[in-house]
Amino acid sequence: MADKKTIYMDNASTTRVREEVLDAMLPFFREDYGNPDSIHAMGRPGRDAVKVARAHIADLIGAKPEEIYFTSGGSEADNWAIKSAVFGPHAKGKHVIVSSIEHHAIINMCEYLEKVGIEVTYLPVDKYGIVSPETVEAAIRPDTAIISVMTANNEIGIIEPIREIGAVARKHNVLFHTDAVQAYGQIDIDVTRDNIDLLSTSAHKLGGPKGIGFLYIRNGVKLDPLIHGGEQERGIRGGTTNVPGAVGFGKAAELAKADMKERADKEIALRDRLINRVLTEIPYSSLNGHPTQRLPGNANLRFAFIEGESLLMSMNMAGICVSTGSACASGSLDPSHVLLAIGLKHEEAHGSLRFTVSAETTIEDVDYTVDTLKSVVERLRSMSPLYEDFIKEQKKKQEA
Amino acid sequence: MYDGVYSDKVIDHFTNPRNVGEIENPDGVGTVGNAKCGDIMRIYLDIDPETKVIRDCKFKTFGCGAAVASSSMATEMVKGKTIYEALEVTNKAVMEALDGLPQVKIHCSLLAEEAIHAALWDYAEKNNIKIEGLRKPKKDVHDEE
Repeated sequence: MADKKTIYMDNASTTRVREEVLDAMLPFFREDYGNPDSIHAMGRPGRDAVKVARAHIADLIGAKPEEIYFTSGGSEADNWAIKSAVFGPHAKGKHVIVSSIEHHAIINMCEYLEKVGIEVTYLPVDKYGIVSPETVEAAIRPDTAIISVMTANNEIGIIEPIREIGAVARKHNVLFHTDAVQAYGQIDIDVTRDNIDLLSTSAHKLGGPKGIGFLYIRNGVKLDPLIHGGEQERGIRGGTTNVPGAVGFGKAAELAKADMKERADKEIALRDRLINRVLTEIPYSSLNGHPTQRLPGNANLRFAFIEGESLLMSMNMAGICVSTGSACASGSLDPSHVLLAIGLKHEEAHGSLRFTVSAETTIEDVDYTVDTLKSVVERLRSMSPLYEDFIKEQKKKQEA
Repeated sequence: MYDGVYSDKVIDHFTNPRNVGEIENPDGVGTVGNAKCGDIMRIYLDIDPETKVIRDCKFKTFGCGAAVASSSMATEMVKGKTIYEALEVTNKAVMEALDGLPQVKIHCSLLAEEAIHAALWDYAEKNNIKIEGLRKPKKDVHDEE
């Protein structure tokens, strides 16, 4: 791979750490490596830097710094929110409402909860992946502890109406959590305007480092710890503060706020070029998700008669990194639960690919990707018995 | 698929698959698998009526890299064999010839074996002959999983 150009179209998986972010982090490994909870002089630089970082991170969603609780990432934050809503002294009830297209950090947590007596309602979505606030309201019960609907979906990029869903939750006095791992720093979120009680996210999706995220907990919401330990994070998330991580996250948040609009415009142009070229130049291809109500960088496309892993492998051989919802790539026989939830048939879900661009992606990258895709799809179709049957059917119909 | 998980042989047979295509009026054809699970294999056989030697063998596959490579390898292995010898091309033999498959992809080699069996069964039925050791193929290898 080293001698070949790599085109990275998988920014929803993770992103390259921004230069300024890495520069901001480095001193906290080499010189100012002290524990921020130390009382001596070595504790000070880290403590001060984390305070600044926390303020930038909070600012991006209109939160107060003391409402940001650092975690190891998005999955921990998701687990914490849901688990603490139904277990422990501050449990709010025995029923959880989630959408059926949540990330596995939510879905698998809920499946676990069901084994220990918690009831879970998985809300259906429409063909675009949208959860309707009315469906949410209809699912609320007197013992509902928490409602969790993601801000934007990681696979198909759909942006959920979280403000309206949050309003429904507030009206019924139920906690509202949103997994904003894909959305934080990409689209405008305001915890007050959007009626959010709890929000999870992760730094590495927006040019920050891996291994750090946070759970936003609105002032006044009482939540028991998931990680019991020291007095860090106001006593509810133990573990020595990840100072370089927090500092990097803070810088990434600061940068993301400054250039969000500019980045989004650029990514939308690239994304739409990719989508439009594919839909017009590759027969029997379709877009998964909504044409406009989607994350700036996300294009999820499906190609009839072929399977995602062989698509992904062929793209990889041409130096293009993408991802797929096909089962064959995951090791199970079931394709993505998200693609099935929006009503795709199994074979359609198997033939889907996700392209996620960044502001660093170029028009040349997009064009090279589409050109490669065209030949790859054609080659795989020439090998596909499904395509063979389809063509024969077409011929029969024409002759008849 | 994770870069580096497949053997060089699998990558080679995926990148340059042997015997892709179809045979007009084949002596035997078999299709196995289902789209639900993400793989379908179809194998065509051209068989010498006198010697019962498989003169040509082609395939079409909808599926992952391992499924394509397994079909390609299996067609290579049965070519030139008699219909009786072709039964020796088991999923194990295909897998070994490919220098192994990841655990989760073993069913792909099983599918290749089943596709050959299905094509042979089709031939045997059409010509009213019995191939010792050949059982009626399952429509779908995933049925037993």
